[in-house]
Amino acid sequence: MWYLTAEEEAHAAEALSSGGFFAEWAGVMLVLPFVAFLLIVFFGKRMRRHGAEFAIGALAVNLVWSSVLFFQNAVEGIHREVSWVVGEIGVFGGDRLVFELGWVVDGLSIMMFWLVSFVGLLVFVYAVGYMHGDVRVTAFFAAFSLFAGAMLVLVGAPNLVQLIIGWEGVGLASYLLIGHYWEDLDNVRAANKAFLVNKVADVGLILGAVVLGFTLGTFRFSELSVAAFDHSPELAGVAVAAGLLLFFGAMGKSAQFPLHIWLPDAMAGPTPVSALMHAATMVTAGVYLMGRAFPLFEYLASDTRGLMVAIGAITLFAAGLLALVQDDIKKVLAYSTVSQLGYMMTAVAAGGYTAGLFHLFTHAFFKALLFLGAGAVIHAVHSNNMSDMGGLRHYMPRTHWTFVVGSLSLAGIFPLAGFWSKDEILATLGYEGYTTVMWIGIAGAFVTAFYMARAVALTFWGSYKGHGHPHEAPAVMTVPLIGLAIPSIFAGFLNVPGVELGPIRNFTAWLGARVVPMGDHHAESVDWALAAVGLAAALTGLVLGWLVFSPDADTQRARDRFRIPVLYPLLEAKYFLDHIAWAIVNATKGPLARLVDWTNSYVIDGVVNAAGFLSAALARFVYGGLDQRGIDLAYNGLSQMADAAGMAARRLQTGRVQQYAAGFVVGALVLVLMIAVFR
Amino acid sequence: MILPQFLILAAALFSLGVYGLLVRRNAVMVLLAVELMLAAVNINLVAFEAALRTSQAVGQVFAIFVITVAAAEVGIGLAIVLMIFRNRQSANVDEFDLMKW
Repeated sequence: MWYLTAEEEAHAAEALSSGGFFAEWAGVMLVLPFVAFLLIVFFGKRMRRHGAEFAIGALAVNLVWSSVLFFQNAVEGIHREVSWVVGEIGVFGGDRLVFELGWVVDGLSIMMFWLVSFVGLLVFVYAVGYMHGDVRVTAFFAAFSLFAGAMLVLVGAPNLVQLIIGWEGVGLASYLLIGHYWEDLDNVRAANKAFLVNKVADVGLILGAVVLGFTLGTFRFSELSVAAFDHSPELAGVAVAAGLLLFFGAMGKSAQFPLHIWLPDAMAGPTPVSALMHAATMVTAGVYLMGRAFPLFEYLASDTRGLMVAIGAITLFAAGLLALVQDDIKKVLAYSTVSQLGYMMTAVAAGGYTAGLFHLFTHAFFKALLFLGAGAVIHAVHSNNMSDMGGLRHYMPRTHWTFVVGSLSLAGIFPLAGFWSKDEILATLGYEGYTTVMWIGIAGAFVTAFYMARAVALTFWGSYKGHGHPHEAPAVMTVPLIGLAIPSIFAGFLNVPGVELGPIRNFTAWLGARVVPMGDHHAESVDWALAAVGLAAALTGLVLGWLVFSPDADTQRARDRFRIPVLYPLLEAKYFLDHIAWAIVNATKGPLARLVDWTNSYVIDGVVNAAGFLSAALARFVYGGLDQRGIDLAYNGLSQMADAAGMAARRLQTGRVQQYAAGFVVGALVLVLMIAVFR
Repeated sequence: MILPQFLILAAALFSLGVYGLLVRRNAVMVLLAVELMLAAVNINLVAFEAALRTSQAVGQVFAIFVITVAAAEVGIGLAIVLMIFRNRQSANVDEFDLMKW
């Protein structure tokens, strides 16, 4: 850990450019997908491609825009924040707490802008082919646009409130997309499960935001970072609690053990959804949040690290094992994602800001590639199960080769992207002193290679076991595969330790363009010994997986040998976590419901009834006492007086003409007299 | 000019009319008393005209009006009396109290 003096700090912030026009108006990127969403909703059905044009157009503009920012940031480093106050509340002590919307443009958010736009665009294009002829293409693309837009709002958020808005928007869109085929009850259940598990974790995020907001008097990340960097005493008091709450929120979205149970079920959605969700838009949100709040963990809440690293390590290994026994190819990839998220979370939690987010960056390419490849396979054989596949390399050569590239990259084979990012995580863990966890990571690399070898062997090698004649996917689907295979191979070179790529520097520098220095460790050069160990583990996994599952002679017996007695059933049952979660829900929902019912019957109803009785009594008093006795009395008295006066006056009217005439005469005489007297 | 004498005559005549109006019980006599009062007024009008000599002889003209109206009034009044008499076999104003409450 190192500190800057105030002068150096000012210098560090001044060294960052404000980015010019594209950073000033970066909010356009946040709004465009929502515009596309509205256009799709209102005009999508009339379009030739059912609205996909709008979604693709919005992301294409975003890709250009974010590429410009990406390049600017690579050369000079950008930090720009634009916020508008949209509301405020008073808090205890008379301070005001403002709610703002806007965008932050710095190394981290630019990386995410670009990633969401790039992967999103390719997946959207792919989805045009994949969803061709689907029942609800328009609704699909509308929700897809919403998904990308919500993620951009999330990653562009300059404060916790906007981040939560995007966070929930992502949750909503994922709910809609996972339940896209809602005719099947299982898919609806999967969508509900994803939504509810995420909600559990969201409580942590919201509480964390409240704690931080009320402590600092602002929700801004930049002020949070500066306060953490300055070791602000009031922030230090709540740092551990707030850090754990934020981490709990991140555990839900980023599917950390034991809250990962929603992610494999989320495979119920169409495959492009899985690709986008696992690569760029959904599960990365938790890691992104940890990266965004990194100064808090780096400078103040370092006590939380042990727990977070442990959860990440459990996730990366336990989920990797689960991927070994899945027959559904998408579930293999889903557990693989959980495992890789474990790597990212472990790295960020251990203090490896760049390492964790670099793995997020490379992982997005090859995981999207693998999902899209799996989608092409599913599209061809009309089944998710690898037991219905096999031998597809003969029918789908392009899909096969790109899938192999993705698998090797994921397994961490030199010199593909996954090798460099995984190696950086292992090196960070070693440097920060988490040696045990580093070895778990190496074991995880072995498991990763093993299940990817299994997936490739069962899907593309051996003989075809399904029905019909599979055929290569159309170009609209294979071009995105190739577009993702290229960065899956080369992206790793962006961040080889100690290597700068001329004027555009390297990934570490790009990501480090933040309001305060991140303070994480950067190795001067590659630790080739560690890299060799990691690579050896991966190669061993690949070879063993290949030997066990390769389609050569006696395959079935080899697979039976793989069925280790206790472990295999445990894995098939997914560690019984679903049962445990279900048991917890079942055990708590009864008492909870009874408690709520009791509260409702006695407390709330009591208050309501008391209010009712009070108002009835008041009304009775007003009617009987005031109205009937008071006001009516006055009016009756007045009318009776008028009646009596009339009765008295009518006696003057006798009907005798001469009496009236006498009245005239007397009146006239009186008048004459008065004139005579008073003139 | 002998205006005061005319005025005294008119006042006496008017007073007789008032007296008759108030004390006679026969409706026809009451109507006659009213005619006396109107005649007194006419004497006054003509006498003042003669005394003041207005250029347009307002007094005389007005007196002719009064005579005309009086003729109409007596016509209607006698018709009413006639109808009451037919219905009630009496022309006694004391007994006409139909218009009370």
